[in-house]
Amino acid sequence: MIQKSDSGKSIIREGLVAAWPICLGFFPIGLSLGVLAQKVGLAPWQMAIMSLLVFAGGSQFIAVAMIGSGASMTAIVTTTFMVNLRHLLMSSAMAVHFQGVSRRFLTLFAYGVTDESFAVNMARFNQGGWNRYSALVLNHVTNATWFISTVAGCYVGQFIPAGSFGIDYALTGMFICLLVFQLRGQVFAITALIAAFCSILAYLWLPGNAYVIVSSCLAATAGFAIKRAMRHRKQTI
Amino acid sequence: MNSFDYIILIVLMGAVTYLPRMLPLVALSSRHLPVWFTEWLELIPVAILSALIAPTLFAAADPRTFSLDKPELLAALPTLLFALKTRSLAGTVIVGMFCYWGFKLVI
Repeated sequence: MIQKSDSGKSIIREGLVAAWPICLGFFPIGLSLGVLAQKVGLAPWQMAIMSLLVFAGGSQFIAVAMIGSGASMTAIVTTTFMVNLRHLLMSSAMAVHFQGVSRRFLTLFAYGVTDESFAVNMARFNQGGWNRYSALVLNHVTNATWFISTVAGCYVGQFIPAGSFGIDYALTGMFICLLVFQLRGQVFAITALIAAFCSILAYLWLPGNAYVIVSSCLAATAGFAIKRAMRHRKQTI
Repeated sequence: MNSFDYIILIVLMGAVTYLPRMLPLVALSSRHLPVWFTEWLELIPVAILSALIAPTLFAAADPRTFSLDKPELLAALPTLLFALKTRSLAGTVIVGMFCYWGFKLVI
């Protein structure tokens, strides 16, 4: 019994330790979303249910702005759908690490799939020994941080100076390091370069954030083709 | 927008956010995936991360233009070197924030 509660504790601790860079990055973003929401006339309870049911930073910013400009419900829901479609790709990539896991766990886990939790969890799964319950803790702790900071922003946001201590860069810094973790060979590095190139072009030419899905699918396909070609050449030599 | 409409809006937004996250996990984890598909999926994380970061570093928003002089890009160089050298997530986040803060003050 004692051993079980110990391991339960360490599972939670591991999840919290892995989650902190995300929480650090979420805090200022959540606060600024709260400030924005208050400016367009949303009450704190309205912000609260949004952060609870729509845990998706980017689309929440867009939705709040659209509410402020009086956009239709259909337009807001469609935009939210388009903006969050990239998670389709992330959940597919993560499914590899959840073979045979119960549907109940997955429905709970899916709620917290964001760009950030995806990136950290994938890095840990690749390192090996990452407990899926730690991953679940990470998802829900980051959500709780997001929830608290967006609601707090409705009350106190305007008193906090923007850009203190470069905290705006926390998530970018985290993504750079997680990208380095993902470079597990030549094909991965080539794929990253192709993705960066395509992403910039797509960002300049395509509306919204379609650039993420388009460029990552293109780059993964190109990387896959290169991997196949390299393997084929090795076999024929 | 009245409270009732707002709640309907949030429920709909919640549904279109949650379903794309949940359906692939549930559908793909319960069946055997072909090798070519798992090999393709294996390259998705690196591609997504790179695709997410690149415009932050190399492009200005509103209007969207290519740019080579953003403080985000300047700060990314020492951050990247630090990440490659130490492979420490916590350290990289701190170094990145510090460099970005510094560059912003100087520029």
